[in-house]
Amino acid sequence: MKERELVVSKIREGTVIDHIPAGKAFLVLKILRIDEKTKETVSMALNVPSKKMGKKDIVKVEGLFIKEDELNKIALIAPNATINMIKDYEIEKKFKVKLPEIVQGILRCPNKMCISNTKEPITSIFYIKAENGDVIAKCHYCGKKIKKIAEFLI
Amino acid sequence: MKHLISIEDLTKQEILKILDKAEEFEDVALGIRKCRILEGKILANLFFEPSTRTRISFETAMKRLGGEVVNISAQEASSIAKGETLADTIKVVSNYCDAIVIRHFLEGAARFAAENSAVPVINAGDGAGQHPTQTLLDLYTIRKECRKLEKLSIALVGDLKYSRTIHSLIKALTLFNSKIYLISPEILSLPEDFLEELNGNFQKARLEEVIEEIDVLYVTRIQKERFLDEEEYRKVAGSYRITPQVVEKLKSDAIILHPLPRVDEIDIKVDKMRQARYFKQAFYGVPVRMAILSEVMQ
Repeated sequence: MKERELVVSKIREGTVIDHIPAGKAFLVLKILRIDEKTKETVSMALNVPSKKMGKKDIVKVEGLFIKEDELNKIALIAPNATINMIKDYEIEKKFKVKLPEIVQGILRCPNKMCISNTKEPITSIFYIKAENGDVIAKCHYCGKKIKKIAEFLI
Repeated sequence: MKHLISIEDLTKQEILKILDKAEEFEDVALGIRKCRILEGKILANLFFEPSTRTRISFETAMKRLGGEVVNISAQEASSIAKGETLADTIKVVSNYCDAIVIRHFLEGAARFAAENSAVPVINAGDGAGQHPTQTLLDLYTIRKECRKLEKLSIALVGDLKYSRTIHSLIKALTLFNSKIYLISPEILSLPEDFLEELNGNFQKARLEEVIEEIDVLYVTRIQKERFLDEEEYRKVAGSYRITPQVVEKLKSDAIILHPLPRVDEIDIKVDKMRQARYFKQAFYGVPVRMAILSEVMQ
């Protein structure tokens, strides 16, 4: 805990996402749809030294308890991320993200000829699984697989 | 409600059930026996891409079973020309009929259509995606003409990259313990991620290496319409050709199949040779589609 306190101050209430691979903090915010238009205060620490990971990123979202289903989407790019739900400066709940089996509306199919890339009223759907340590997403409509998931976040 | 979108939606037992049913319909398809089990039902043939045999064989199958058919092609459909979405077209058409057969140039279009339909949807080809009814008739032909489906040695020749027929067929053949030889120009080889997903006995080969061993020689056309670059098409057009000299090296009880139409990949002199079964294969499309229609509509 001390390690984190050095780089980002404690929050009173909200969600702390730890053990994000270095350089992926912005993608985590993208998945959670947090940007300049959302009202929450967000603080980030990039390239924090970590015993387990060498370097890692940390994201703190103040005043917002993000739903577990939403948080699990982070596993697409940060499979080892840990979540700390903070209340009154204390950790109320701590858990590791779990890879969701299915994600909707957050990935774009790389196949230009896929129906999901048209003006139809359609939400992209991908089936997620881990294969040899990599996360693979498979399009529900055309079956195309994505291996470099970060490149296809909407 | 039953849809038929991908061959993967069917179990081996369900596939065999359709083939058995098709067998029962063969005399109806030939006009020897009358059968009116789909009387009063209407099938909508919704074709966003040109088709001859698939559309006609569905139409024939429906009429042989006593049903009616309405044909809508993209060229005729004013709503589509006006920019109506596929979702809206399907919502409207599915209120007029008892089942929809769809062919579309976009991959996944049939699955999306099924999600918007009030009646069963049958995929008659979606871009370079799936063509499950062709696969079922291919399996039917192999079973009829080779008198078995298990443990055959099958060479797939031609466009393995874009051919939806091949993509559907390969998935089905893995259920029947086939040994599959993949024979194609390098730029038309089967996509890697497609192969990774399959648990089967596959091997890239050259035709001359395996010709004496195979039970089924399945040839496909190089599809000009799938190439974004015409120069790429010209590089491979005419790169393989099945001639009588090639066929003479086949086993006498081997069979040659082709989903048709052909361009020049099979010499017309081969048509009269005992191994040529592609026109019979085209006929089998009718009883197999009768089985599919009765399965989804009854």
